[in-house]
Amino acid sequence: MAKLILSMDGLVLKEIPLTKERTTIGRKPHNDIQIDNLAVSGEHAVIVTILNDSFLEDLGSTNGTVVNGNPIKKHFLQNNDVVELGKYKLKFVGEAAAAVGAEKADFEKTMVLRPAAMKAAAEQAKAMTGGAAPQAAPQAAGAARATASHQAVASATAAGIADKDPRPAPALAARPAQPLGAIQLLSGNNAGKELELSKPLTTLGKPGVGVAVLTRRPQGYFITHVEGANRPAVNGQPISAAPHALKDHDVIELAGVKMEFFLKA
Amino acid sequence: MDLTQTLEIASCTDPGMVRSHNEDSVAADAANGLVVLADGMGGYNAGEVASGMATTVIVTEMQQVLASARPYDVDPRTSQEIAARLLREQVLKANTSIYQAAQSQPQYAGMGTTLVVCLFYDNRVLVAHLGDSRLYVLRDGKFKQVTRDHSLLQEQIDSGLITLEQAKNAQHKNLVTRALGIDPSVEPEMHEYRTKPGDIYLLCSDGLCDMVDDDDIGMALQALGGNLKLCAQQLVQMANDNGGRDNVSVILVRVLREYPAARGVMAKVFAWLK
Repeated sequence: MAKLILSMDGLVLKEIPLTKERTTIGRKPHNDIQIDNLAVSGEHAVIVTILNDSFLEDLGSTNGTVVNGNPIKKHFLQNNDVVELGKYKLKFVGEAAAAVGAEKADFEKTMVLRPAAMKAAAEQAKAMTGGAAPQAAPQAAGAARATASHQAVASATAAGIADKDPRPAPALAARPAQPLGAIQLLSGNNAGKELELSKPLTTLGKPGVGVAVLTRRPQGYFITHVEGANRPAVNGQPISAAPHALKDHDVIELAGVKMEFFLKA
Repeated sequence: MDLTQTLEIASCTDPGMVRSHNEDSVAADAANGLVVLADGMGGYNAGEVASGMATTVIVTEMQQVLASARPYDVDPRTSQEIAARLLREQVLKANTSIYQAAQSQPQYAGMGTTLVVCLFYDNRVLVAHLGDSRLYVLRDGKFKQVTRDHSLLQEQIDSGLITLEQAKNAQHKNLVTRALGIDPSVEPEMHEYRTKPGDIYLLCSDGLCDMVDDDDIGMALQALGGNLKLCAQQLVQMANDNGGRDNVSVILVRVLREYPAARGVMAKVFAWLK
């Protein structure tokens, strides 16, 4: 199902599925999408949805309706079109894109798939494929269940599946590439030896004497005391129980061994 | 038999980076060797209610029955140990409580929860689970998954429709095929394993295993096994650093020593003296 994503200043306010044939937009409360803002007319615009196609029509609003920067009277909505009403933006997400998006957003929501629902969906699927050739015999049952499951995913709510927390997950911010860190031993038997910190965790020290862990996180590297009576020191200062952020060229002292932390270019 | 000196337990639960509610619930009763983790589902706060009911009902009911019986007692009728029956009964009680609450109160309609429970006794661990919350074990440096998810994805893997590699990128990781509180009756999957001193057991919700590779989880357990509390926090932090799209919960249990059942009269006296 196609939908609109209402946002203001880049902040997503809500998602509106286009379920009705006519979806009205305006300031007055009787509208399907009410936008309480003086720049929006009482009856501002309407979206007419026929099968998979949606048309946007301005209803003679005072400030007009803008799609992708161009004022329009009537417009055939395409996937990713952005409708502007004053400070508000409505992004149109077409049927196919919405289906994919919905599954993506559902990624982390645990749902229960009930056998009854699966059976119903399977029958539905069978009815839809009609006289299509049956699946290879040994896999038939499994495959039919899998087809059913795809149906079930789409008709999840209809089939009585419990889902949790219907908020969509915000897109994760792309992380900047993190420079690789390393430590070089400054004292002890292996002085001069270098160790790259490419793993999410690297443990250092001797069990029973003093063990610390260096963790690689998006924010940088941290050192945490794990066990032993003596806490590791960074630049001469013993660290607290909490993880300690490491800076380039910090000197760590652990169980009598000194080492330097540095970031590789 | 009091297992507080035998099992070291640490847990951590966190809403994650995206969600405002924590629908996971964890509970532990070291004395009875019981740990429970549940990941709730259902609109509004129903998920929290379901997982909270699951952990509370199972822990309190188990405490009650274990006050007058020991898990390794033998049932004269079936000549089998009562542990599995006791645990199964308490899981079913929790199922009934959640199901009835969901039926009677409209705001809880459709709520349910995944579950993983471990009962430690007599050098063994009895595991019951439903849904996609998991149990892992680290033994002799090897980290492996003990439970098998009741999920669509697992069924697809089992039937050979998709490979493990494809499963990592699958879209519907979230569909579970068994859960607590959804139907009037439920059959928890139960298994028993021998434990070994030094083992570390990890119970976790899908918020951990979906966000962090098994290899990295194993590495964290190996590196930080000396400090379970820190290890639990580290696992949650790793899930959050990777995006933390779901609630993350972990319970870690380390077996410190052997804990054979005190069966004979002499053994009982000896256990009492200890």
